[in-house]
Amino acid sequence: MEQITNEGLILACSAVGAGLAMIAGIGPGVGQGYAAGQGAAAVGRNPGAKGDIMSTMLLGQAVAETTGLYGLVIALLLMYANPMLSKFLSL
Amino acid sequence: MGYGMMPMLLAADGDVDFSIHHLLGYEFMGTTVYLTTSHVCMLIIIATIMIFALVARKKFANAQEVPTGLQNVIEFVVEVLESFVSSAMGKHGKKYMYYVGTLFIFVLFSNISGLFGLRPPTADFGTTFCLAMITWFMIQYNNVKYNKLGVITGLFQPLPFLFPINLIGEIATPISMSLRLFGNIMAGTVMLSLWYGLMPFLAKIGIPAFLHAYLDLFSGAIQAYVFAMLTMVFVTDKIGDN
Repeated sequence: MEQITNEGLILACSAVGAGLAMIAGIGPGVGQGYAAGQGAAAVGRNPGAKGDIMSTMLLGQAVAETTGLYGLVIALLLMYANPMLSKFLSL
Repeated sequence: MGYGMMPMLLAADGDVDFSIHHLLGYEFMGTTVYLTTSHVCMLIIIATIMIFALVARKKFANAQEVPTGLQNVIEFVVEVLESFVSSAMGKHGKKYMYYVGTLFIFVLFSNISGLFGLRPPTADFGTTFCLAMITWFMIQYNNVKYNKLGVITGLFQPLPFLFPINLIGEIATPISMSLRLFGNIMAGTVMLSLWYGLMPFLAKIGIPAFLHAYLDLFSGAIQAYVFAMLTMVFVTDKIGDN
């Protein structure tokens, strides 16, 4: 255990944290899939309203995606612009 | 995410590079500000759009009754944007068509510029946050203009103790809008630079075309559409029935 430096520990934990943050991708995946399925069903019932259904679906999917993107931003921050490294090691 | 943090991205690996580079630093009011790759790429995109606009203007100086060639394309673009805005905003569409159209074209060109070897300016949080702030001020301007005192009382609807949540909801709009655009385009940029940086030579032939088609063209077009659409939806929501 003596060989582990502070910097190494922070980097390793940040990498694990980035991986964990991307679990957030599950939610948008389920949500977007559900919206797409409902959209397909709606087009099947009423093919004339395809344009409206498409735009509503895309908008809903984009909003559902936001939480996943927060996770992505956290992961990117941990991987590439780590605030903890500069704070604790004054790099 | 300031400019200061980004250059230390992946310092260990020289092959993978998707960071924003500083090209030229100068003193401005006591702090050093930089001309970055985002600015350069944005200027290239603006120049492209401007040249197209000037050509279109020249073309329309002697427009024909029955359009041909380029005039067809320009009329198609204008008609598509017009129907896009009026379908989302109804009778208010005429007033906002020019801003939303400009926004859509700029964001679309920015998003797909990764295809032409530029670093997309929308993969920089500075750009997307500014765009979202313009939208936010537009939302709040319309809120004050049409709802008058309802701006304050609306925060206490439907129940008074929901005030903090409503306030956060108002403030979160530009943050979520900008992070959505930034996150999508940044994810595409990271994926492509990882592929180009880490894959063996043979995998860089042909296969990136599919990645570009999905990450740059499809995702970029969807996000430009969504950004413009959300702008219109929020503004129309504040205008209400007036």
